Amino acid sequence: MSEAEAVAVESVWQGGTSPYSIGSKKFGMWLFIISDALTFSALLMAYTYLRLSTPNWPKPFIFVPSIVFSSVMTFCLLSSSLTMVMAVHAMNHGNRSATVKWILATMVFGLGFVGLHLTEWLNLINNEHVTPFNNEWGVPLFGGTFFALTGLHMTHVIIGVIYLGIIAFAVGRGKFKYEDVEVSGLYWHFVDLVWMFIFPLVYLMSARL
Amino acid sequence: MSDHREAVEHVGGTTLSFTYVWVSLLVLTGIEVFLAYEQLPTLIMLTALLGLSVIKAALIIAYFMHLKFEKFSLFLTLFPMLVLCILLMMIFMPDSIRALTMRVVQ
Repeated sequence: MSEAEAVAVESVWQGGTSPYSIGSKKFGMWLFIISDALTFSALLMAYTYLRLSTPNWPKPFIFVPSIVFSSVMTFCLLSSSLTMVMAVHAMNHGNRSATVKWILATMVFGLGFVGLHLTEWLNLINNEHVTPFNNEWGVPLFGGTFFALTGLHMTHVIIGVIYLGIIAFAVGRGKFKYEDVEVSGLYWHFVDLVWMFIFPLVYLMSARL
Repeated sequence: MSDHREAVEHVGGTTLSFTYVWVSLLVLTGIEVFLAYEQLPTLIMLTALLGLSVIKAALIIAYFMHLKFEKFSLFLTLFPMLVLCILLMMIFMPDSIRALTMRVVQ
């Protein structure tokens, strides 16, 4: 036995409990969430910086439809978080059919969010003439930052819906464990959490009185 | 110890507690929308909205994301670093107000 092997065999650490008492999948998702949170923080920070330093920052969000739509979108995401929690809860009790139903409800709310968001985008593009590089108020940075921020968030929601679809399909076929559903739930709640900052900073701060 | 298996029972909130959190989040959102239509100075409005959002985020992280029921070491590993990085990004913020006042008005 070589010296290195001897050290390995006599190693004090023998595996066993993980430091945080959670699985590696869950810890991996937490690390991803933290790094993604930093990405969104940087984008939100850039948006807020530009908003504060530009004197004539546009306020294109009228009550109907923009603020009403974005409020309903917030309701959709908050409710989807509740249904996702219920899915994780059901999976914890081993009830796979209820888990699939709750995940499907979450996906419906998620798709509702995307539908409303796209309608809201089209309203801005067609009625307020805001595009990523131009608008009527001569502040092209508004479109650039707005579409980048909300677009990245919407991409996360769409990916989340696909991710949940895969999880629901597999859970329905008797595959995957509790942890897999919980990890997908973590991702979904994070997407909801990011919106809790985008909604006030982007929409409410620029509501047209 | 080698045969010991960790209990599979997961401690967490109940259906009722999740519903309470959901209702609180909706109420806080309602307050935010109400505030948006109050004639407040930009910075005060920004602080108020951000404060409410941080409360909402904390509720989501603690209850929906289950962090309240995890080991405290997980929280300590993840969040102080995140908060510190976000605070470091904020170092640019005073510049945005300064740039506004230094601009030549045409």
